[in-house]
Amino acid sequence: MTAYVRPADLAEATRVLADHPAWMILAGGTDLMVHAQHQPVPVGILDLWRLPGLGGIDARQRDDRSWLRLGAGTTWREVIADARVQHALPNLVAAAREIGALQIQARGTIGGNLGTSSPVGDSLPVWLALGAEIELRSVHGTRTVPYADYCTGYRKTARGVEELITAVWAPVPATGTRLHWRKVGTRKAQSISKVMAAAALALDGDTITAARIGLGAVADRPIRATAIEAALVGRRLGDDAIAAARAALAIAPITDVRSTAAYRHDVAANLIARFVAA
Amino acid sequence: MDSGTASASRRVTSEAVGTSLPRVDGIAKVTGRARYLDDLDAVGAWHGVTVRSTIPHGILDGLDRDPAFDWTDIVVVTAADIPGQNVITLIELDQPALVPVGGTIRHVDEAIALVAAPTRARAFAAARAITARVTPLVPVLSIEDALTGPIQLHGADNVFKRFAIRKGHATDGEIEAALAASAHVIDSVYRTSPQEQMYIEPQAMMAEWREGACHVTGSMQCPYYVHKAMKPLLDLHAEDVIISQTVTGGGFGGKEEYPSMIAAHAALLAKVAQRPVKIVYDRDEDIAATTKRHPALIRHRLGLDALGNPTVIDVDVVMDGGAYATLSAVVLSRGVLHAAGPYKCPVVRIVGRVVATNHPPHGAFRGFGAPQTTFAYERQIEKAARLMGADPLAYRRRHALRAGDTTATSQVLGYSVATDEVLDAIEQCAGTPPVRDGVNASGAPVKRGRGVCFYFHGAGFTGSGEQRLAGRATVALAAGGRFEVRASSTDIGQGAITIFTQLAADGLGVDASRIDVIDPNTARVPDSGPTVASRTCMVVGGLVEAGAKLIAARIRAWAESVGRAGSIEDLADDAFGALGPIAETTQYTPPPGIAWDDATYTGAAYPVFGWAACLVDVAVDLDTYEVAIERCVQAVDVGKAINPAIVKGQIEGGTLQALGWAVLENVVYKNGKVANATMTNCIVPTFADAPELETIIVEVPYPFGPHGAKGVGEIPMDGPAAAVANAVALALGVEFDELPISPEVVAQRLGGQS
Repeated sequence: MTAYVRPADLAEATRVLADHPAWMILAGGTDLMVHAQHQPVPVGILDLWRLPGLGGIDARQRDDRSWLRLGAGTTWREVIADARVQHALPNLVAAAREIGALQIQARGTIGGNLGTSSPVGDSLPVWLALGAEIELRSVHGTRTVPYADYCTGYRKTARGVEELITAVWAPVPATGTRLHWRKVGTRKAQSISKVMAAAALALDGDTITAARIGLGAVADRPIRATAIEAALVGRRLGDDAIAAARAALAIAPITDVRSTAAYRHDVAANLIARFVAA
Repeated sequence: MDSGTASASRRVTSEAVGTSLPRVDGIAKVTGRARYLDDLDAVGAWHGVTVRSTIPHGILDGLDRDPAFDWTDIVVVTAADIPGQNVITLIELDQPALVPVGGTIRHVDEAIALVAAPTRARAFAAARAITARVTPLVPVLSIEDALTGPIQLHGADNVFKRFAIRKGHATDGEIEAALAASAHVIDSVYRTSPQEQMYIEPQAMMAEWREGACHVTGSMQCPYYVHKAMKPLLDLHAEDVIISQTVTGGGFGGKEEYPSMIAAHAALLAKVAQRPVKIVYDRDEDIAATTKRHPALIRHRLGLDALGNPTVIDVDVVMDGGAYATLSAVVLSRGVLHAAGPYKCPVVRIVGRVVATNHPPHGAFRGFGAPQTTFAYERQIEKAARLMGADPLAYRRRHALRAGDTTATSQVLGYSVATDEVLDAIEQCAGTPPVRDGVNASGAPVKRGRGVCFYFHGAGFTGSGEQRLAGRATVALAAGGRFEVRASSTDIGQGAITIFTQLAADGLGVDASRIDVIDPNTARVPDSGPTVASRTCMVVGGLVEAGAKLIAARIRAWAESVGRAGSIEDLADDAFGALGPIAETTQYTPPPGIAWDDATYTGAAYPVFGWAACLVDVAVDLDTYEVAIERCVQAVDVGKAINPAIVKGQIEGGTLQALGWAVLENVVYKNGKVANATMTNCIVPTFADAPELETIIVEVPYPFGPHGAKGVGEIPMDGPAAAVANAVALALGVEFDELPISPEVVAQRLGGQS
């Protein structure tokens, strides 16, 4: 029989995980239930659905910066409905809107998407572009990890086996920052991504002063296009920036049943080019 | 497992035909009360699971059971347990129910053994504990390999069936001479992809043996196909096989022939297990193992004179039939019969072949061969119009068939030709074509284009098929002033129950609420023929109407004889008391003057055709190479819309399936296995992928159909893919002769960076 625990609070959740690090962590269930009948039965399930202390979106000040702290149990519907997120992180809202159908958006959570860490996870490139940090908690304490350092391989992350993802900290972009998002899926809705790109561009007039670009579905994990980011600094939006971005794109996507390497490469280039167009 | 009835719940005061009577089965379905096979539980029923091959071609040397597995509550069935002939009876007798040990495996998901257990989980576990020992053979995995490769799967040339249609001076030499003499020849090769039906309810069947008789119930289109297949397999007399249909969540052809296979498996398991056995396919299994639309390779040569008039049409159609013959010959037949299109041309040669490969068998799917050849000819006609600098609609109008013209099979069209009506309808609502260059909602540059197509679809069975079938339907007087319609035509979501209710009500002159359409069950309904070929309303509906009129006449005769007056509704109850459950069974007779020659493939290929025209506006995103359908208008001639809401639903559904086939649907084979056998990866369009579909119902009556009705189910599937390709070609200035026109293909054809 599979053990099942639905903890009352975060403290209990971390205690259960400390005692049973091999248990399956269930957030919304939208990933886990799909594969349930094709996977070995788990030894135990730690169900975090609607765990007090894991939800909520708060404005915080930290390190002299403004942040939005999004609880890991926040669903995509809650992300979409939140006025502060709509205002500060419109590309996150845009990504959330394209996740699954309404039913999936009502169950799927920020933490679940991070925990699964699929290379096609729909929210993940946005966290890269925003410079977000992941808050992890265990019985030993709490720490934050820059999301750029979080994914360590194909469905591998920096999360320790006793750690729970408790929140994402997203810095509120400075006024005038251009935020972008585009998902290219197998169809217009309820689709697995073939290519995703997210960007945050800091500007002085029409000159790019800093850039963060996240890409999804083009590598074994969500990746930052660091070479392009560097190449864009000092470039003017438009042909200048487009040429620099195209020249600096260095990705090696795969061909699979959903798309081709050539397509993913070309479209990733096109999406970034569109972001830096005048 | 007993049958029930369905009856109209809402009273209508006027005649039913021509109104959008609410679906008789609608409330039960939208409230979740309708019980599909998986909702049914027979007492003590076990669950059956199929053990399948893992190689596309080879010899089955043996089946090994894991000795470590607990087999105590498991029933295993192999080919050795089959009481009769190990064959799924269809056109050919080539497909076994289970590959026997020592026999040949011909596709990767072929059934090699069956297990049943008290729970589904136990059955899955048992299936995993059976290992096949095999000797692999080199597979044939493409049309080209089948035609030119060294492996022989069928006969000497791997051809299951071939057809040739010739019109005018059409010897091979004359065709080449005519092409040589043409001012222009448009010579193109077209490819179309396999397509999954993706009915919402997966295949499901339950079998039970009672007193030596085998009762099979489940999700199906054609109860009598299953009945015919079970008799030799189980070595039973006709009366000892009872097949009944449960509420069926879509078919689209996918539940035409394949249910016989699952019925066979459930029946065999139930016999050995001595209890009811239920088999419900997982979605992944359903996509992997069941039939798909035939992929096709079509070379089409169209000769024109200097004025642009078609002088010769030469088409070579090859379809991939897969591992067994199944319905491929008939699919190919419909494909070649439509391959010249609804256009005037004095000289025509159409050659068709369907070949054996080691793919899972391809089979019936809405359109049944016609969508493949329609795609080719409507691309050709488009290219001809452009070559001549003609307006695409005007070019089609100039060369289209009208009453009095002859088709490729030299059939003289006598009546119900709606060419001008459907072209007028499209022209009147067309409006201004989109501006070519623009920007879409994502901020990406787009190229826009408009495409049209004009097409026809033969209604009912091909050639003399309807005469051979001799379909029958019964209308009977029942107690309580009610009437029964008994037909083996199934409601698979297309509205058959409601249409029959309307036709019977008006034939009798009673309210629709008085009609009960009996659930199809071979012990209770006559063989009306299969639920296919856009024939249910036109052919079986006609029988229902005729039977209803005969019953009404008998009631009136009785009333006259006893001096009673009043309406049929008023008289029905007393008539039942006096006459009992009188019934009238009518049988199909072809319209006068219909003659078809199977030997030469000439004559009346169909009693009548439906006609249609389609207009599509597309926008191609130059960042993502996605083809967005921004507008789609279909004008479809159905003779008479018995129920306009249902007709509109049929047209919209078929159109969406066609748009999906055009730009995003595909079944990807890898080493003979479906590589995308999940709903996640074998995608079909969502509402977000389609515009508001504009549907124009055109009614040019068929004199021999009920109230003038002819087919509607299939025709909307045939044309839109060509209209999309024509629109994309115009938008991008690049020809697209293969389906799907996926973003990957568009990107490749545009050579990368836009």
